[in-house]
Amino acid sequence: MSRILAFAASEARIAMRNRWVAIVTLLMALFSLVLAAAGSAPTGELGIDRLSVTVASLTSLAVYLVPLVALLMSFDAVAGEIERGTLPLALTYPVSRAEVLFGKFLAHLAILALAVAVGYGLAAVAALAVDPEAVAGLPALFRLFWSSLLLGAAFLAAGYAVSAVARRPGAAAGMAIGLWLALIVLWDLGLLAAVVADDGGTFTTQVFPWLLLGNPADAFRLYNLAASDATAAAAGVGGAAAAIPPVQALASVLIWPVLAFGLAIAAFRRVTP
Amino acid sequence: MLTLLQVTKAFGGLTALDDISLAVAPGERVALLGHNGAGKSTLMKIVLGLIAADRGRIAVGGHAPGSRAARAITAYLPENVAFHPALTGLETVRHYLRLRGEDARKAGDLLDRVGLGAAAGRRIGTYSKGMRQRVGLAQALIGHPRLLVLDEPTSGLDPVSRRDFYALLAELAAEGAAILLSSHALTEVEARTDRIVILSGGRLMANDTLANLRRQAALPIRLQVSARPGAADEVAERLKGGRRNGVVVDLSCAPDEKLDRLGAITALGPMVEDVEILPPSLEDLYTHYSRRPS
Repeated sequence: MSRILAFAASEARIAMRNRWVAIVTLLMALFSLVLAAAGSAPTGELGIDRLSVTVASLTSLAVYLVPLVALLMSFDAVAGEIERGTLPLALTYPVSRAEVLFGKFLAHLAILALAVAVGYGLAAVAALAVDPEAVAGLPALFRLFWSSLLLGAAFLAAGYAVSAVARRPGAAAGMAIGLWLALIVLWDLGLLAAVVADDGGTFTTQVFPWLLLGNPADAFRLYNLAASDATAAAAGVGGAAAAIPPVQALASVLIWPVLAFGLAIAAFRRVTP
Repeated sequence: MLTLLQVTKAFGGLTALDDISLAVAPGERVALLGHNGAGKSTLMKIVLGLIAADRGRIAVGGHAPGSRAARAITAYLPENVAFHPALTGLETVRHYLRLRGEDARKAGDLLDRVGLGAAAGRRIGTYSKGMRQRVGLAQALIGHPRLLVLDEPTSGLDPVSRRDFYALLAELAAEGAAILLSSHALTEVEARTDRIVILSGGRLMANDTLANLRRQAALPIRLQVSARPGAADEVAERLKGGRRNGVVVDLSCAPDEKLDRLGAITALGPMVEDVEILPPSLEDLYTHYSRRPS
């Protein structure tokens, strides 16, 4: 445990020095405030509190931003150590490769938690300032917070796996961006196109729900929107998959971090320093 | 403490190590010599368990290389050691202390011991190569390792730092640590290590003390005889040597012929002004062992 914490402490310090902590926190704060401001104007007639509306917007934001930030922090984890030449020495210490990765993971997850807490916190304060009823949206915001961390954890671990497979920071960065585009942007577009082409056939009823659950980002969105009162504010793929029970979406969000971390350890074990 | 038995390793078709057997006892300092690509770093990485040997047996204090038990008693200083540039020397050494389950407060003392106390609070990105090498040395001293594997530990160090480094090594060996270090130059490790191992093309060319290596090689000794002006031709003829310039006559002889030759020279009496005896240099010795077919 002390070895894991040693890696976590060093990694956190490095992220602080590299201004990653500041950049990530500012990014989340900025985007959350913009959404809070945009969401606070015209929604008075919907009959739901401002914070619940903000949570629905924040969910859409988190689907894009949290995986991106997680991948940006993690793609360098193994490849960077290989490039700098610091890996052989670390691996001659009595530490397992899983411990090395887990230490880095703890630090990155803590930074992500800080950034997300600041961002969502600011959005909550903005909503509460204009609408006293917004207190009703706090449970949804809390659910969004911890599920965002799970989503982030899945993509942090995926970033480590990419980093260990690529072995060079440049290649790792490219693969990380590719992974983000594929899972966050192209996945939904592809599914949408397939559903439209299928026009209510077996693909839409049998395969489509599983493909949604198979992607942690989609599962995250499904879980938050389904569990929230603001489902009405959701549209697109979220609406199309209303049949998927939230518990299945939650299971996907829970399983992916573990699965991705297992993949990352397996990939890291294949690296010869 | 460290034993290798018939260790072989090939990368693709290239044999990096060919049937190497070698042992390092507690308290012994063994220098591993060889030109670039001779297999020094490969041998060290196999000992550390970073790469696996194709054949042969390796034991580190009785444990398999790379096992947790072996890693717990082994310290490593890589060639061109690198650290994260954003961390300070102190933070880096604290990190490695924690990895060995040691008190992180010892970091200051360790850095003082390698002469880096004043720069301990600066980021490693601002360090010179020699300073990074000292941080590497400091981390290798953590927790009284029983085997130290040092890959070209003095590269980037100035002569004074090198002397300090070998003094530190002598202390560690006196405390019972087994030390395996690599170097390019025999001149550097002379009198500072107990045994010399020479690798060439992945093969073990020599493994003995310097004195024994000298004796076995039996390299010729050179004698330079300075003749009186005008007598050089006669001196050369009588000694059957070659003339180099106006006055110097070059001779070479086997070590056991040395006294006879000197006798012949002194018998020439007033024709000879001076005699210089040049034993084979360390470079000659190294060349002899690294080039001979085995």
